[in-house]
Amino acid sequence: MSNSPSGAAQETVAQPKLYDCRDAYSQTLEDMAARDSRVCAVINDSLSSAKLKNFKARFPERFVNVGIAEQNMVGVGCGLANGGMVPYVCGAACFLTGRAMEQVKVDLAYSKSNVRLCGMSPGMAYGQLGPTHHSIEDQAWTRILPNMSVVVPADPVETAAAILYSLEHVGPMYLRIARMPVPRLFDENYKFNFGKAVLMRAGNDVTIATNGVLVCRALEAAEKLASQGIQARVLNISTLKPLDSEAILDAARTTRGIVTAEEGLAAGGLGGAIAELLALNHPTPMRILGLPDVFAPTGSIEFLLDHFGLNAAGMEAAALELMKFGG
Amino acid sequence: MSDPAMGEVTSNERVDWLRGQANWIRLSAMTMTHRAHLGHTGGDLSASDILAVLYLGGILNIDPARPQWPQRDRFILSKGHCSAAFYSVLAAKGFFPMEQLRTHMEPLSMLNGHPDRNKLPGVEANTGPLGHGLPIAVGAALAARMRGEAWRAFVLTGDGELQEGSNWEAAMTAQHYGLDNLVVIVDRNRIQQGDFTEVTQRMEPLAERWRSFGFAVHELDGHDHAALLARFAELQVESGKPTCIIAHTTKGKGVSFAENKPAWHHGVPTREQLEIAAKELGVEVNW
Repeated sequence: MSNSPSGAAQETVAQPKLYDCRDAYSQTLEDMAARDSRVCAVINDSLSSAKLKNFKARFPERFVNVGIAEQNMVGVGCGLANGGMVPYVCGAACFLTGRAMEQVKVDLAYSKSNVRLCGMSPGMAYGQLGPTHHSIEDQAWTRILPNMSVVVPADPVETAAAILYSLEHVGPMYLRIARMPVPRLFDENYKFNFGKAVLMRAGNDVTIATNGVLVCRALEAAEKLASQGIQARVLNISTLKPLDSEAILDAARTTRGIVTAEEGLAAGGLGGAIAELLALNHPTPMRILGLPDVFAPTGSIEFLLDHFGLNAAGMEAAALELMKFGG
Repeated sequence: MSDPAMGEVTSNERVDWLRGQANWIRLSAMTMTHRAHLGHTGGDLSASDILAVLYLGGILNIDPARPQWPQRDRFILSKGHCSAAFYSVLAAKGFFPMEQLRTHMEPLSMLNGHPDRNKLPGVEANTGPLGHGLPIAVGAALAARMRGEAWRAFVLTGDGELQEGSNWEAAMTAQHYGLDNLVVIVDRNRIQQGDFTEVTQRMEPLAERWRSFGFAVHELDGHDHAALLARFAELQVESGKPTCIIAHTTKGKGVSFAENKPAWHHGVPTREQLEIAAKELGVEVNW
């Protein structure tokens, strides 16, 4: 897979252009709605934060705003799916999952409803607004539900590709749609391969497995490690569930250990999923980066990611620790 | 023999037949809870007449031979704990063989304690936790509108269940979108698990509450088959408004020892009680 940073060739300055993945998501949703009359959107007042103003203007009859009522929102999504529609239920990830968790469990997961939950601005994207608005639990909560698929795209291209894929997916799916600006990592030919980890960088010394807004940081960490002669494999676990056990077991067998990094609690999410797999199949040294059983202090998303070591330096340091193990 | 479900809506013959069917649902449900040593007898009995009229009285536009027919009316049992009566009426309608009722709550049975749409034809939604059915029905009613289709969404809720706030979130949405293809039926038996509703957390003025949420509200005797038939036949008189039918019922209806007793919310009949019930209801279980 291509992993060339977008625009690197054209731009004279080193900093790549950054993108809000919500734009790619809303544009793709509109495109799908234009050609498939089953596509509809359900929101909880979050018209602008879900970036659906255009969708509403173009498809008013397929746009439902339930107001600030997340339990109802998810139930309405379930009913729409029962009636033959393909609903995209969109809201801030913190409220969409936390407030409506029983509906997510029963109406979607247990019922195997064809509903797509779009968790907007997940992780600590709301920065200074604080832990009430952070969604650091959602990967853990959603991935443990039977029948639920969980997808965490890394850039705008993968976001669009994952949304496009979701239309044909059978069963409930939770997608994390990032707000924090990220560089473009994929070219326009990228095809989302559901259930498969994306090899972002080859390497046989150590593995960094991450997803979402941390993938670009993992690539930076790999660069730093390469300058020290350490070749890190970078896996983008954009499908958190079902987990690509083959790719992870291969990484466990061929590299010295696996660093996981996630924008959320270190417990129960991406690191937890990989640890469960490895403990049973191929015990492997790991470092699990994330929030260590705390709610975040006040700060911007950039500050908080650095604060918790969810950056290139943090991943590099964890990888260096794993290099001490045999191999 | 002519089909009692056809013909004049409230003919005496049809009403008598439905009464017999409802009593059969009652005894079937009690037999199921007796066999499983588990269940929610009181609510099964209060809802039996409503279920009989909807499914066997020709109200719901459904076809057991095509349970996924896209144009079917959707019926959602929000009070999912009353699955024994629900399963009984589904079997009576022909969604699955009557003998399958024998498996209720047995290991690996398709007839779980609460209904599972992926296991049993005719079940539209997995319910059990309360306050889930109405939002789902609102979504279904919205889907019918989006698709330009004429089918309707019916939901049967308990009354204590309306203490769950999600119902009122959904009621607001139903009003906002003017869902006149949505029918909420409240099984107003006035008893919840722990006690009478008005002792636990009062529900009154219930009709006024629904009216203030923009519903066309009708109150009737939920055990009066003729009244239920007539009301369902006359739905949608107020176009642009969702409908709420408050069906005043008696928990444990039809069985003397269970009527209006909170303990029978999830009381389970003994063999002797089952025999008394059969006599009082005047029916036999034939599965």
